[in-house]
Amino acid sequence: MAKVYFSDEHEWVRVESGEAVIGITDYAQKQLGDVVFVELPDVGKEVAKGDEAAVVESVKAASEVYAAVSGTVREVNETLTGTPGLVNEDPLGKGWFFKLALSDESELEALMDEAAYAAFVQGLE
Amino acid sequence: MTDSDDDLLQTPLHALHLELGARMVPFAGYAMPVQYPAGILTEHRHCRAAAALFDVSHMGQIRVTGAGAEAGLEALLPVDLAELAEGRQRYSFFTSESGGILDDLMVAREAEGFFLVVNAACKAQDLAHLQQGLGDGVRAAMLEDLALLALQGPQAAAVLARLAPGVEKLSFMAVANVEIDGLACRVSRSGYTGEDGYEISVPADEAERLARRLLAEEEVMPVGLGARDSLRLEAGLCLYGHDIDETTTPVEAGLTWAIQKRRRAEGGFPGAAVIQEQLAKGADRKRVGLRPEGRAPVREGAAILDEQGEPVGRVTSGGFGPSLEAPVAMGYLPAALATPGTKVAASVRNKSLGLEVAKLPFSPHNYHRG
Repeated sequence: MAKVYFSDEHEWVRVESGEAVIGITDYAQKQLGDVVFVELPDVGKEVAKGDEAAVVESVKAASEVYAAVSGTVREVNETLTGTPGLVNEDPLGKGWFFKLALSDESELEALMDEAAYAAFVQGLE
Repeated sequence: MTDSDDDLLQTPLHALHLELGARMVPFAGYAMPVQYPAGILTEHRHCRAAAALFDVSHMGQIRVTGAGAEAGLEALLPVDLAELAEGRQRYSFFTSESGGILDDLMVAREAEGFFLVVNAACKAQDLAHLQQGLGDGVRAAMLEDLALLALQGPQAAAVLARLAPGVEKLSFMAVANVEIDGLACRVSRSGYTGEDGYEISVPADEAERLARRLLAEEEVMPVGLGARDSLRLEAGLCLYGHDIDETTTPVEAGLTWAIQKRRRAEGGFPGAAVIQEQLAKGADRKRVGLRPEGRAPVREGAAILDEQGEPVGRVTSGGFGPSLEAPVAMGYLPAALATPGTKVAASVRNKSLGLEVAKLPFSPHNYHRG
């Protein structure tokens, strides 16, 4: 079972054999509302932790998605271009944004596990 | 919005919004529902397909009475009220001395005077403007004890006629006092969605009962300000403070249809000289519809660039049009670039996105012209 990490910017990072799959959390998609557009990074782009890596737009507003960890973009979820609503329907599954080859796995240690993130979100509500 | 949530005013339907699971946001000093659990896309589409109930009680409802009310209002608004019959309503706007727009509004003639519905963010200033400019013997009063509901959509008439037989016979922009489920209400056949529908003034202490009664009809869904904005944008309707404001004239904004012939000729409203000159010679810039290429929304504030990449205008409203399943926007462009079909671009996140000038409205108006 791959481990899933969470950031305080409401992104999740699932590590599968050295590659990190990144998306936004269920809390984030609920806050955004209906997603109508996702702008994904170029494959091959290097992103540093905290960089703006993608943009997600709801009917109301555009929000940046910051890289929770550093790495090189290996793949992006092209399905979101035509069906951005997947981010709402299945945020932790089919609604993933992009995959990174991690440049520094130790950055994962600064992220939250599922229980810690659940407590963090509860504190916001 | 700098107000903390504690300072926000609440409409008479506040408890109902919370019960319905609305997400409340600050808007014009009020806590207002931006969406309900169904979400903006579903709410928007429901309004185009069936019937949507909006709480717009934050808006200002003003009654103007007194012997000189018609002349007093005509001194502030470029609308022809002399030819406005009792039971009819018109769209208008307060103009400034420089020909800008201070607020846009609806004005109806009633038996005892005129009834105005103005924007929430402008209502205090509008009331002061009226009280200062109407002249002796004319009174303007904010009707604080009234809520305002909007029932919009192709099934709005069938729904409301079930509770108030006869309202289906009102034509677009007609106004009447009717009893709805035993409540004394004031109804206008108008709205802000591009669809057929009604705005209903109801005593504040009965508003929740009426809202629940309407929501009990199977066609009706509660719809928030988020979808109200996307609906009006698709319908090409201006949002005050965004598409029109003190720096835009009615001619630039393409609202000259709301200045009737006699008023164009005679003037007699603030900024008449500026507006009459633009009516004669045309304005240098115009409000236009814009269709972005692709799916990325182009939002308010984005610079509009010509083919050489030079900034030539600005987007004043923009977002995603759920009925068009495409982004839509409005903005101002020089008259030479304002013809539908003209290609321009918008600067979004330091990238240039193609835009085409498009006819307004994006979605056809489905008003009941009777």
